[in-house]
Amino acid sequence: MEPKKKILVTGAAGALAKKVIDKLKKDYKVIAVDFRTKVDLGIPVESYKVDFNKRLFEDIFREHQFDGIIHLGRISAQELNRHTRYNANVIGTRKLFDLARKYKVPKVLVLSTYFVYGASPYNPSLLDEKTPLKASELTMDLVDSVELENLSTIYLYKHPELNITILRPCNIAGPGVRNTFSMLLSEKRSPVLWGFSPLMQFIHIDDMRDAICLAFEKNIPGVYNVAPDDYIGFQDAIKAAGSSPIQIPSIPPALTEAIAKFLKWKSFPPYLINYFKYPVIIDGSLFSRTFDFKPKKTLHDIFTYYKSLK
Amino acid sequence: MEKNKTSLLDKIFKDNRLDDYIRVFPNKVGTHGYDPWGFNIKGIKNSMRLAKFLYEDFYKVEAFGLENIPQNGRCLIIPNHSGQLPFDGMLVGYAMLTNPHGPRAPKAMVERFLPSVPFIGNWLNSMGAVIGDPVNCERMLDKEEAIVVFPEGVRGSNKLYKDRYQLKRFGNGFMHLAMKHDAPIIPVGIVGMEETIRSYADIKPLAKLLGMPVAPLVIPFIFPSKVYIYFGKPISFKNDVHKEEDIQERVNIVKKEIDALLKEGLEKRANYYKEQKKQKP
Repeated sequence: MEPKKKILVTGAAGALAKKVIDKLKKDYKVIAVDFRTKVDLGIPVESYKVDFNKRLFEDIFREHQFDGIIHLGRISAQELNRHTRYNANVIGTRKLFDLARKYKVPKVLVLSTYFVYGASPYNPSLLDEKTPLKASELTMDLVDSVELENLSTIYLYKHPELNITILRPCNIAGPGVRNTFSMLLSEKRSPVLWGFSPLMQFIHIDDMRDAICLAFEKNIPGVYNVAPDDYIGFQDAIKAAGSSPIQIPSIPPALTEAIAKFLKWKSFPPYLINYFKYPVIIDGSLFSRTFDFKPKKTLHDIFTYYKSLK
Repeated sequence: MEKNKTSLLDKIFKDNRLDDYIRVFPNKVGTHGYDPWGFNIKGIKNSMRLAKFLYEDFYKVEAFGLENIPQNGRCLIIPNHSGQLPFDGMLVGYAMLTNPHGPRAPKAMVERFLPSVPFIGNWLNSMGAVIGDPVNCERMLDKEEAIVVFPEGVRGSNKLYKDRYQLKRFGNGFMHLAMKHDAPIIPVGIVGMEETIRSYADIKPLAKLLGMPVAPLVIPFIFPSKVYIYFGKPISFKNDVHKEEDIQERVNIVKKEIDALLKEGLEKRANYYKEQKKQKP
């Protein structure tokens, strides 16, 4: 019997990574790493707490000859300061790519976010993968997300032997997800901006897990948006999830920002105000066509889950 | 004897016929009634009630040439723009939504600053208005939508009262899109909107201060005026010229068609008012 192929999964403490590991551990020997904590994922998953920028990280590569990397680990903008985040997310990812080259890892999947497009009133709908990434024009807090993408794209084209696949999903939601918009769906009362209900897309965590596994297995390098062909206004989404909207004044913009800074709500950070105002609708058709992917869970399934929490 | 009088609110909000029109729209929305541009069934229902009041009771619109609108497939609807507020778009939309030859929910390209205005942006999106970005237009044509484009932009809608019924400069964008995507153009002449809100000056410093394209000095009153909408015959252009001056020539062909429709409408309206005068004792 052939030994199982070895893969490295980063960000192992996150809900999505746990689901990915759970699905892949039958066919692969999974090595899980996270910079926050050593996660107990049970046998047979080896788990490490490691900082990508420390020399110890290379030891993991020396010890295991990886057949692939799924890079999901990210310090979100709600955590730590901008400088530390940049070091971990951008410099750390460069270190990861360099090690992947050095140890000849044949495929790397990177999870990005639709935030990189930036929320602007001038956005057309159904942004495709060629659309410029404008998030850093709006806020310094998303610079690391955009830089991580740019870095991944440089490695994708400069080092084709790494077979890099970059996925840009819409809002991931469902059990265990702790991103801003999923937190808003789970709260009893959620802030919304008065007079604004931007159109949004949500993908269930189980579908996102399947999308990651599918893209990793099929290995067709490139940049792909991942989003269902279904949409809902933000204020309607809040109501559908059984939450009551709290209307925050939207004009003048300086007042909105002052309120966000004063409240210090994790789910209403000042740097995301524009995402509460303007839609960032992405076109997921390239991914669907290339990987023959169709989400199984509907918006109704997502909102029913959040409603059941209330 | 019981009074059988319909109140204004009833006229606006209680019309079950509108649900019948909504039912026949092509099903292009998702599970919560939204399409990717923010159009949604709940929004269009509410807006149609207002549009119905404006169309039938306030402007008493008469539409001609509705049979010229393709019942399905991509097309560009190109009207003249007037009336300071985007009610002309709403009236064209309502005429198409209630077209006895085949109702369609058109999309309309609007000014880019509108999404940043609270309520207005979402409201316009909900009834099919989309920011005037060529990427949006291309995507919608690919999805076989009917799209209303006002090539005059604010130059037309916010023109001064003294310039009424003089077509302003047309942008060429719609022609590029029509040729590239093989979409027929339906020229439209709207008569009557110019008189509804009358602008006598454009206060440019105020416009600059407010970050708006124009700040018209208007009489704050919407004058009732009978409105005629003329849908012309579809015109198709092959994608066989590329120089901007050749494109401009084709744009002028459409402009002339609209001008002819306007003249026809103005004549018809003059006759209507003469008749009305005669009927008065």
